Amino acid sequence: MSTPHVLLGFLAAAGRHGYELKRAHDSHFPRARPLAFGQVYATLERLVRDGLVKVAGREPGEGPERTRYVLTARGRAALDAWIVEVEPPAPFVANALFAKVVVALLVGASASTYLGAQRAAHMARMRELTALKTGTGATVSDVIAADYALAHLDADLRWMELTGQRLDALRQEVLG
Amino acid sequence: MIAPAMSQARFADPVGGLLEGRDLVQAFGATHALRGVSLAVAPGEVVAITGPSGSGKSTLLHCLCGILTPDGGEVSYAGERIDARSDAHRSILRRTAFGILFQFGQLVPELTAVENVALPLLLGGRRRGAALAAAGDALDRLGVGELAPKRPGEMSGGQGQRVALARALVTSPRVLFADEPTGALDSLAGEQVLAGLVRLSRDEGTAVLMVTHDAAVAAYADREVVMRDGELVETGGPNGLVPVGAALTGARA
Repeated sequence: MSTPHVLLGFLAAAGRHGYELKRAHDSHFPRARPLAFGQVYATLERLVRDGLVKVAGREPGEGPERTRYVLTARGRAALDAWIVEVEPPAPFVANALFAKVVVALLVGASASTYLGAQRAAHMARMRELTALKTGTGATVSDVIAADYALAHLDADLRWMELTGQRLDALRQEVLG
Repeated sequence: MIAPAMSQARFADPVGGLLEGRDLVQAFGATHALRGVSLAVAPGEVVAITGPSGSGKSTLLHCLCGILTPDGGEVSYAGERIDARSDAHRSILRRTAFGILFQFGQLVPELTAVENVALPLLLGGRRRGAALAAAGDALDRLGVGELAPKRPGEMSGGQGQRVALARALVTSPRVLFADEPTGALDSLAGEQVLAGLVRLSRDEGTAVLMVTHDAAVAAYADREVVMRDGELVETGGPNGLVPVGAALTGARA
């Protein structure tokens, strides 16, 4: 996730304090790792330096949480450009699951045992996310966050299933 | 709550699994669809049977619900063996204690939704007025009460499948069998069917046994069992993998 652009997006509607930006982030992206205050202020500092955001005022008191930030015209242009820019679809194919299977075969460890255990862990996480999104009080943000993770876990599972069926052929290729 | 047409005393709750298959064997000609499968389902438990095409998932489901008689092994419901009983007895069981939902809802096209849902009650001897009232309630509980006067041709696939689910549940079965219940639906419609199914299982303690090839569907279950080449290879649960064999004795929440 591009945190600078997400913050620019939150600032587009109105000027905000750093802690308001953190709160907005954590409520719109409920299953993401919560944003650290330090990261918010470091990002804002860079955005100010680059002229995308400016300080609109400081309330009396100490510390950065008293500072209000607003979007500049350049910031708005950068935000608009980011929204329409297509993300490169899977430019590099690399993943810890993939790496473990190949390395397990290289060193003669059991790739299928690993795949079985990983599959069980994926299913357990999918059950957790499904319970979360179907639970009472789930917001639409909760549901789409769970949907996103479920779709990716499901894709991993399909890949693991196929790879499990190709292990013998892969072993021959890897070991030459 | 709709009272089951058959007395509870006849099919009282067992101490262990509500439904149990032991060492089930089934062959179609030279093909061994089941090679000694054992599975127990507790009251209120939602179990997904997954595995690749041809692994024996549907055959296992059909043996457990009594559509097929296994070549070997035993099937018990509520502590009583049912595989050795007559077709007529098992047919009554399927109309009362069991509910069955297929991939395509198999609604009767000439009947309205509420008449379709009332069918199992009418076949069980319920008066028409009472059966239709109970059917209307069942549709309401699945959030599709407004479909009552519509015929299957006037409904979307997802709506039809929810009506079929209402029909499978109208007798308040103790076990619901579902074979690829969302296989013909798009993701959102499938989600509504599954959410309804799981909610009713929670509310009424109905055990659910569903066959699916889809991990996202299996994730609605409390427990997943995986089949491969006619054998159960994994029985998982909320706490991860359980070795095959422990499923018969393991206590379930």
